[in-house]
Amino acid sequence: MFDKDMVAGIDIGSRSIELVVLNSGGVVRREKLPTTFDPLGQCRKLVEGLEGVRVVATGYGRKLFAESFPGLNVSAITEIQAYALGVKFLHPEAGTVLDIGGQDTKVISLSGSGKVVKFEMNDRCAAGTGKFLEFMAVALQVPIETFGEFALRSERRVQISSMCAVFAESEATSLMARGERAENIAMGLHAAIISRTIAMLRRVGASPPLVFAGGVAHNPCAVRLLEEQLGQPVSVPENPDMVGAIGAALYGRNGSIQ
Amino acid sequence: MANSYDAMWEKLNLDLDAHSGLLEVLGKFYGDIHASQQGRLRGMEYLDFVLSEVHGLRIKELQEAKAAGRIVVGTFCVFVPEEIVLAAGGIQVGLCAGAEIGNEQAEKVLPRNTCALIKSFVGFKLARLCPYIESCDLIVGETTCDGKKKAYEIFSDYSPVHVMEIPQMKKASDRVLWKSEVLGFKNKVEEMTGKKITAQSLKDAIHLVNGRRLVLQRLNRLRAAVPVPISGRDALLINQISFYDDPVRFTAKIGELCDELAERVKAGEGVVPKGTRRLMLSGCPMAVPNWKLPYVIESSGAVIVGEESCIGTRNTRDLVKETGTTVEEMVEALVDRYMRIDCACFTPNTERLENVVDMARELKVDGVIHYGLSFCQPYAIEAFKVEKALGKAGISMLSIETDYSMEDVEQLKTRVEAFVEMTS
Ligand code: SF4
Ligand code: SF4
Repeated sequence: MFDKDMVAGIDIGSRSIELVVLNSGGVVRREKLPTTFDPLGQCRKLVEGLEGVRVVATGYGRKLFAESFPGLNVSAITEIQAYALGVKFLHPEAGTVLDIGGQDTKVISLSGSGKVVKFEMNDRCAAGTGKFLEFMAVALQVPIETFGEFALRSERRVQISSMCAVFAESEATSLMARGERAENIAMGLHAAIISRTIAMLRRVGASPPLVFAGGVAHNPCAVRLLEEQLGQPVSVPENPDMVGAIGAALYGRNGSIQ
Repeated sequence: MANSYDAMWEKLNLDLDAHSGLLEVLGKFYGDIHASQQGRLRGMEYLDFVLSEVHGLRIKELQEAKAAGRIVVGTFCVFVPEEIVLAAGGIQVGLCAGAEIGNEQAEKVLPRNTCALIKSFVGFKLARLCPYIESCDLIVGETTCDGKKKAYEIFSDYSPVHVMEIPQMKKASDRVLWKSEVLGFKNKVEEMTGKKITAQSLKDAIHLVNGRRLVLQRLNRLRAAVPVPISGRDALLINQISFYDDPVRFTAKIGELCDELAERVKAGEGVVPKGTRRLMLSGCPMAVPNWKLPYVIESSGAVIVGEESCIGTRNTRDLVKETGTTVEEMVEALVDRYMRIDCACFTPNTERLENVVDMARELKVDGVIHYGLSFCQPYAIEAFKVEKALGKAGISMLSIETDYSMEDVEQLKTRVEAFVEMTS
């Protein structure tokens, strides 16, 4: 299985860590673990057996990873670059990348050749990120995996005015106390985060087609609302949370940002 | 720092415990960010020394000057004409306001969503931390942004404050207003020193301050070389120190440093590896010890080659014409020079857009990082225009909004690194 064309990309985020291994034929390994309180331990499990393989790290933990595995051939790139490369590979036609991850939201505008021309990040608080949805799913006692489907069963969209996770929770609780259906509230919460995302997309001047990656892209309600409000179809890669790791691995293969 | 200054600090009514905490933070910061750099110029030893004695020797000098009958005037804005103070035999110091150590105190009298610079100077005063503020016989405020304007009202409960009205536009009537403000300031200073400004004393003062601007201009020209001969952090530090060091000594010392720099440039020696991206900073001033963003940038594969800010080219770009022979003519020259300042508090402020683009082109930068302090409206709003103007010139810009806290360093690193990757 060892082959000199083999490269690995590892995306160490605040919620999960993804690993992708490529050889000249394509993806040969794809794995994901939760970050937990011991990210390095989790990384160690993932990179076992990769001695001698070039590894490119991305995500919040990229520096820590590079410093902690001196035995491996590691370099690091930012999530912005990794997502741009990954999306360009999976969807060569992409004009804009949206990534809603566990703790931040990124919008990246790409040139015709796939270079990053502009980006925006929201990384200051949970507002508008996957974390917000997770928090709200817990408040409404719905598993996060099915929160999107749950919201799609709503009959109307209630207005949630606060984007702060703490205030939004109390808004949701008081709506429930007034007898509002949980599905409708869930829809309102999704709508709140998507309208915030749209504002970010507009700031970057997002040109279509839009590729939606990151963990929240699994959520069908988020995708539906995005398409509705943008008035254009949105593509979601097959494994949206693996895009960063794929991009990192591709960087390792090409040795540069092309 | 030597305890021998304790008595002096006590006399200045500083809170000694809190003050030693501040010095500790400052020293550590300086060590991490400046002193640890590789291949620094010999001339930086002077700056290391000045900084290590920032609350010591320089304060002692100020006390001695005061004992000899001179006054000390403190300012927070490059609009206050230092030439007037010098010509009347006074000393002017630019107060720094770059640390958040007095925030808790400041937030007792200011809303939380006030820019870090304002919070810092009010906090320093209330917490009795800054020997410069405590040495001042007069603090000069100015009507630039709303935050500062209102903060001086609060400040004046604790210190003597003179507020200069800065026009918001650049029409003929604004110049008239500004001139009357400069004359008013002149009267105020003359009254305090008991010394009349003469044609000779004003001429000397103008020449002295121009000399300092010229040496900083020279520094900027030299550092623009490829490969870059001095880190942006060190160049910023030099600009920061220019605000409170003795102008004669500073100009001489930086002249020597420039000679050394010129040799380096001639020898083709640089401080960063080949391929390091050249970036320029633009926006709000960075006061001592606010070195956060420069540090983040220079540890992300980039080097800063210029600062378009008040602790940078906005303070040094324009000289005062030295052709005047009478006090009246020289005051006119001062008025003209200061009216050229392209602060975001003005409307419209198209000169700044032109200056930013010209500077970015001249310095052959790979990109510009716009730096705004959180809650600073003038610069935050103008950032959009700056980005557009740069975009037209084919130069990318990253807009950063932050304050003095260290909370967001990791996020800033990601942004800055991504920007560096993008410009590669
Ligand atoms: S940015 Fe404007 S208000 Fe601030 S110091 Fe400069 S000229 Fe004064
Ligand atoms: S940074 Fe902005 S808000 Fe703060 S004092 Fe300067 S102009 Fe005012």
